[in-house]
Amino acid sequence: MNSVVLQIAAKYLKWLLIFFAVLALLRGHNYPGGGFIGGLMAGLAIVYRGFAYNAFQVKEEFQDRPGYYIAVGLLAIFLSFLPSLFAGKAIMTGLWVKIPLPLGESIKLGTPFLFDIGVFFAVIGVTLLFIFSLTQKQH
Amino acid sequence: MLIILVVFLVVSLGLFFLPGGLKKQKAILLALVQLGAFIWFAMRIPEIISINSQHLFIEWIPRLGLNFDFILDGLSMVFALLVTGIGTLVFLYAKDYMKSYAGTDKFFFYLMMFSGAMLGLVLSANLIQLFIFWELTSFLSFFLISFFHEKESARKAAFQSLYITGFGGLSMLAGIVLLGSVVDSYSLTDWVAHAGMIRESHLYLPGLLLILVGVFTKSAQFPFHFWLPGAMQAPAPVSSYLHSATMVKAGVFLLARLSPVLGGTSEWVYIISLIGVLTMLTGSYFAVTQTDLKGILAYTTINALGVLVLLLGIDTKESIKAAMLFLFIHAFYKATLFMVAGLIEKKTGTRELSRLGGLIKYMPFTFIISLLALLSMAGLPPLLGFLGKELIYEAKVQSPGIASLVLVLGVTSNIFMVAVSLFFVRKVFLGKPNSYEKQPNEKGLAFLIGPGILALLSLVLGLFPGNLGNAIIKPALSVVYAEAVDVKLVLWHGFNKVFFLSLLTIVLGVLLFWGMLKRKQLLETWRKVNGVIFSIELDQVFAWVMDKFVAVSKLKTKAVQHGYHRYYILTIFVFTTLLLWFQVFITRSWNFGIAFTLKPFYISGLAVVIILAAAATTVLRSRIVTIIAMGVAGYGISLIFLYYSAIDLAITQILVETLTVVMFMAILQRLPRFAVLSSRRTRFRDFLIALAFGSVMTVLALKAVNVNLNPSISKFFIENSYDRAFGENVVNVILVDFRALDTLGEVTVLTIAALGVYLLLKKPKKSKL
Repeated sequence: MNSVVLQIAAKYLKWLLIFFAVLALLRGHNYPGGGFIGGLMAGLAIVYRGFAYNAFQVKEEFQDRPGYYIAVGLLAIFLSFLPSLFAGKAIMTGLWVKIPLPLGESIKLGTPFLFDIGVFFAVIGVTLLFIFSLTQKQH
Repeated sequence: MLIILVVFLVVSLGLFFLPGGLKKQKAILLALVQLGAFIWFAMRIPEIISINSQHLFIEWIPRLGLNFDFILDGLSMVFALLVTGIGTLVFLYAKDYMKSYAGTDKFFFYLMMFSGAMLGLVLSANLIQLFIFWELTSFLSFFLISFFHEKESARKAAFQSLYITGFGGLSMLAGIVLLGSVVDSYSLTDWVAHAGMIRESHLYLPGLLLILVGVFTKSAQFPFHFWLPGAMQAPAPVSSYLHSATMVKAGVFLLARLSPVLGGTSEWVYIISLIGVLTMLTGSYFAVTQTDLKGILAYTTINALGVLVLLLGIDTKESIKAAMLFLFIHAFYKATLFMVAGLIEKKTGTRELSRLGGLIKYMPFTFIISLLALLSMAGLPPLLGFLGKELIYEAKVQSPGIASLVLVLGVTSNIFMVAVSLFFVRKVFLGKPNSYEKQPNEKGLAFLIGPGILALLSLVLGLFPGNLGNAIIKPALSVVYAEAVDVKLVLWHGFNKVFFLSLLTIVLGVLLFWGMLKRKQLLETWRKVNGVIFSIELDQVFAWVMDKFVAVSKLKTKAVQHGYHRYYILTIFVFTTLLLWFQVFITRSWNFGIAFTLKPFYISGLAVVIILAAAATTVLRSRIVTIIAMGVAGYGISLIFLYYSAIDLAITQILVETLTVVMFMAILQRLPRFAVLSSRRTRFRDFLIALAFGSVMTVLALKAVNVNLNPSISKFFIENSYDRAFGENVVNVILVDFRALDTLGEVTVLTIAALGVYLLLKKPKKSKL
């Protein structure tokens, strides 16, 4: 499958999809979305581009390494546990900080968000690893 | 106390990181650590004498009754001194002994860890903790025995000892748990405090038997004794350490430790004495006919262990006093003799009695040292062994109930011991020098330091036993016997019954020795007779049982793990269906109102579409169309989610559905041509299974609508989601905060699944992850 239209579209749509994936991740705490959904979307975006370029058959061209995504995800999840541990609370207790923004608003950041980011990356990695493994060319 | 254990751990791990210069001296370094620990313990003797035990308690998992609980009292002191004292000398000896072998880093690591585990065991005041150290010693001794793992016999012996002591350890754990349930605690102090309650409980006998299995396997009691002679495959320092101060003494230690709790009953006395006597006799009897130096020593160890167990079983003041003293005696002479045996093997290249002889000419100091140790083993004056034997006889004379039997067998076994000791001296050191490949010598002072010190101790303490009695044995005795007891040790007891028994033993022993030496046929015939009577060798029986066990497991595994994917799936579905139907049946769950509506019409329509799509997948002939039909069903379900405002769920369903379709497409390229190969009958069977599974799921789904779940949980989430977790999207808050642990589990499962898929499908050549 080598469609120029699809390839050009994929080039830009991939980033658009990733943008929405990140958006889903960010808004997840208050509106529908979150790390799992965002991760699936981002993963599919990358897979989409890969399909368009037939990239799965050409390893050299395709540099996204799913293992790294999983590692980053698990690391973020692990890091999100540490603050509660050092604060002397039960592990995985959500801790929050309020960061005031210039215009009187404020933004709340907490360990559950870091956890969600971890889920986001881990899910991307898992999705890619599934698809890559399944589409690899056999000998 | 904890400091010492931590130091042992750190030092043994640190061995691997020593700089080159220090590495050469690692044995000396470890000997110094052992010596330091020995001094540390020795300095606490005065405290212990005034019947103050030291406690150390650190909470670990208090809810399970599992804590770090250490105690240093008279009994632990005896063993701690033996472990570290003999440990010092063993490491000193090992320095030269191990020089010519590769892999000494590992060796010293195991040996040091082993020593630490043994220390931890004797200092434990929590039974579970004690079990952990107990298993550690079994484990580490496995590595030590199999050190020469190129030899098949060493591997076999190591496995044998691991299986047997491991089996015993598990049985012991069961016993501990059983008795622990009586007093609801695993702390030794609680056990001692409620000893009466334990003894009267109906769980006493099973618990006792289970623990005794552990004790008997570890301390090589009949009928588990056969692993010990096998364990002589280990390097000499290991044998020396295992046989004298550690490993096999662990069982004896546990008996002594639990004697105040479990002891004193007739079950205790009869079971333990009987096994002890049998072991004692077995050991000395077979020691006579051995032809291998280490073999002789191994069987005499079995004899000594039998004696110790017997004495603890008799459970009188005298017997326990004798046991504590004999512990030292045996440790001294046995460590000496194993070191000497190792030395002789190094210098002459053989351990066979028939090929040795006349070594006094080449190794005079070794001769003197061995002579002292062997005389102690034979129980001849003026050595410590004599004192011990007197006390043992005294204890046996006074043993309640079974005195006559024990006494006769005891004297018999000691006659053997006298004969064996003399035979050892005569065959190895005296007589005509054999022709050796190389001239034996005594070079290497370190070889002789350890045995020398121990042999000297046997002599000096034999002449002046007072301090040993008061400083060390008395506190130990008061722990085991649970009351203060005076211990007066003297070499000369006067002309009494015991003295004449000793005399008889020595005379008959010397006669037997004379016979063995002068009449060559005697020993030959004896061996032959043994060969006939004991044609069933226990270690072969054991090997046979293990072989059959493995064969049966293999058969069973083949039946269950057949490797056919379709049957795995079949099994899973059939069992799930049966279990679910069973649950539905026993809870009478088939009464439910049909509480769903068919409105609005487009949802009902959607349901029809989903059903049709699902049905289509079973009959369609084209794979691609089948996948599309499945997609239709999936997307349809997500629309239903959407209608009931489960937006997160709907989004996730759409994404997962997309992913599934993509994956199926990817797999499609790899599958062979679509063809129906299964017979009508198979398909009918599959149809029935599918029907049963589908119907049970339907019942469950209908039931789920009607089951009145406790609403408080969802209410809790809704109420607290914003106030306490600062999120308005309850679903997400549940995922990342309230139930983050579940999410963590899911992510982990996903990761492992992905890695599994990757590994299954990766290209044969190395590819990047």
